[in-house]
Amino acid sequence: MKMNRRDFVRAAGAATAVGLIGVPHLALGAGNKVVVVGGGTAGATVAKYIKRLDPSIEVTVVEPNPVYYTCYFSNEVLSGERTLDSLRVAYDGLKALGITMVQDSAESIDAAKKVVKTGGGKELPYDRCVVAPGVELLFEKIEGHSEASSQTLTHAWKAGEQTKILRGQLEAMADGGTVVITSPPNPYRCPPGPYERASQIAIYLKAHKPKSKIIILDSKSQFSKQGLFIQAWEKFFPGMIEWRPGPDAAVVKVNAKGMTAETSFGDEIKADVLNVIPPQRAGKIAQVAGLADDKGWCPVDAKTFESSLAKGIHVIGDACIAGAMPKSAYSANSQAKVCAGAVVAMLNGKEVGVPSYVNTCYSIAGPEWGISVAGVYKLAADGKIAEVPGAGGLTPMDAPDWAHKREVEYAHSWYKNIIQDSFM
Amino acid sequence: MANTPTRLALLAGALALGVGFSTQAADAPAAPALVSGASAGMLAETCAGCHGTDGASVGPASPTLAGMDAAYFTELMQGFRDGKIYSTIMGRIAKGYSDEEFELMAGYFHAKPYVPAKQPFDQALAAKGKKFHDKFCEKCHSEGGAPLTGETKAKEESEAEEEEEGEEGGEEYQILAGQWTPYLVYAMEDFRADRREMPKKMKSKLKDLITKEGENGLTAIYAYYASQQ
Repeated sequence: MKMNRRDFVRAAGAATAVGLIGVPHLALGAGNKVVVVGGGTAGATVAKYIKRLDPSIEVTVVEPNPVYYTCYFSNEVLSGERTLDSLRVAYDGLKALGITMVQDSAESIDAAKKVVKTGGGKELPYDRCVVAPGVELLFEKIEGHSEASSQTLTHAWKAGEQTKILRGQLEAMADGGTVVITSPPNPYRCPPGPYERASQIAIYLKAHKPKSKIIILDSKSQFSKQGLFIQAWEKFFPGMIEWRPGPDAAVVKVNAKGMTAETSFGDEIKADVLNVIPPQRAGKIAQVAGLADDKGWCPVDAKTFESSLAKGIHVIGDACIAGAMPKSAYSANSQAKVCAGAVVAMLNGKEVGVPSYVNTCYSIAGPEWGISVAGVYKLAADGKIAEVPGAGGLTPMDAPDWAHKREVEYAHSWYKNIIQDSFM
Repeated sequence: MANTPTRLALLAGALALGVGFSTQAADAPAAPALVSGASAGMLAETCAGCHGTDGASVGPASPTLAGMDAAYFTELMQGFRDGKIYSTIMGRIAKGYSDEEFELMAGYFHAKPYVPAKQPFDQALAAKGKKFHDKFCEKCHSEGGAPLTGETKAKEESEAEEEEEGEEGGEEYQILAGQWTPYLVYAMEDFRADRREMPKKMKSKLKDLITKEGENGLTAIYAYYASQQ
C-alpha cells in the first residue's frame, strides 16, 4: 500500500486514539523521564528494573561505547580460557525492553534544570537521573605514568582493547620472564581482581612458560580472599607468584621505556610485562557534576542511592560509597535494583520500600579451583549499609577439591545469569 | 570506666536477651540495629545475579527457582541456613535471612513461570531414562518431575493423605524436569554422600535403580529430565 503524508498523519492519529482507549494508564503516567548515565552493570540493571517496575517511565541510557565488555571474567582471557569476544555484551536486550540508548558521553549534569548534556551536543531532560560511571583510573598518581603510557603499561581494569594488549604481551614474553602486577590502594573496583589475575596469568605461564615469575607489588598489607588465594598459589603454582605487601611495596614511579616500577621504599623492579592497576576514584562525570566527596567517591542515601550532594541524582555501582558492600558487579546489580525501586516509588509519589542487598563474588584461583565470598546486607539505623552478622563470608579453607570444582561451575553460572539479569 | 546506672541497665538487658559478648565488646559501641521489612520482590530480586531474572536460571549449574513449590523452597533454604543441607555458597547467604523472609521469597518464585533449561541431552539415553523414572521415581516425582499445577497438586495431596505416607508424599513437589543437569548431579552426589538427608523411600528406590541399572541408570534419568524442554 502506498501512503502519502496525509494518510500517514490520519493513520498515526487513529493509532494514538486506539492506544489511548486501549491502555489509558499509559497516558496518565507518561512524561516521567529517567536518564541513566553509564551502560555498565549498574546502569544497565537500573534501566531494566525501572522499566519493569513502571513501563510508563521513559528510560534513556547514555553510554559512549556501542557494546560493553565485562570486566568480570576478563582475567580468564589472560589465561587463554576465554576469548575477549565472549565478554562482549550488546545493548539489544535493553533496546528490546523499550529503553532508549544514546551512544554519546555525558559531559555535564545541570541538577537545577534537570538536564544531562552530552559531548555530542544533546540535552536530555530528566525527572530523576541515575549516574553509574564506574571508576576513573588515576594514572598521574604514579610518577611517569599517563593514559598514553597505559598502552604499554596496561591497566586492563576496563576490559576490551586493554585486555587484548596485556594478553598479547604475555604471549610475546619469553619463558623465564617476569610479570609485575601493581595492586592499587583501597578502595578500588573488584578487590580480589589483582590476585585472581595473578592466578589466571600463572595458569598460562605454568603451561607455556614455566620458568617465568609473577610479582605483585601491593600498597596494602592484606587483601580480599587472601588465605584462599595463597593456599591456591602454593598448591598449583609453587614458587611462581610472589606477593610483596605494602606500604613499602607501593609503586610510586614507573618507566614505560625501561619497563621498571619503583616502590616507595626505593626498590626498582624490572619487568618484562608490567601491569599497572592505578589508584581509582568515581568516574569522571561524577567529579564534574559535583557528586564526589574530597576523596573522589560519591556519598549517597543508602535507602535510595540519591546523592547526598545533589538532589534528584542517584549514584550506584563502583562510584558510590555503599558502606560494607565491596565494589563488585554483583553489588552494582543489587544496588541498581534498590535504586530502581526507590526511583519508581519517588516518581509515583509513593513511599520508598525497605532495601535488601547482596554481594556474591567468585574468583577462579587455579585450574578447576573456584573460591567465593558472599555478603547479605541491610540498611542500618545509622543510615549505612551493614552486613547481616553471621551471614556471608568465604569458601572454607578446608573445602574439598570437588567443592572448588563446583564453585567454578557456579562462577560460570553467576556470569551467565548476571549478564542476563543486567542486560537482557 | 565507671558503670553508670544506664550502662548497667543496658548490660543487664543484653544479658537477659542472651546476647553473648566479651568484656571487651561491652566497651565497644553496639552495632546499629538493622532495618527489616523488605518486600517479597525486593528480597527475591537479589537472587537473580546467580539464579536469573525472576528465578529463571540461564545455567549452566545454578538451579532455576521459578515455579518452585513454596513450602519446599522454604524448607531447602532453612536446611542450607542451618547446615543440614550441604552447599558451597547458598548456606552462607541463607544465614542472612529469617523464616519470614524465606516465605516471602518462596511465594514470589512460586508465582513466576517455570522456564525449562535449554541444555543438550542424548535422545536415546533420555528414552531409557523415562522408563527408569517411571519405574523408580514417578510415584513421588509425578508428571515426570515437572512443576505441578493446582489441580495435579491437589490430587497428589489427597493421594498422599490416603496413603498416609507421612514421609515424602505429595505435599511438596521438586522440579526435576527441565532443571539444570549439573545441579541435579550435585544434589544427588550430596544425597548419596550423606551431605543431605535422603528420605527412606528415595534411598531404597535409588538402591534398586543402582543395583539393576548401575550408575548409567542415573545418567539416563538426568538425560530424561534434561529432555523435557
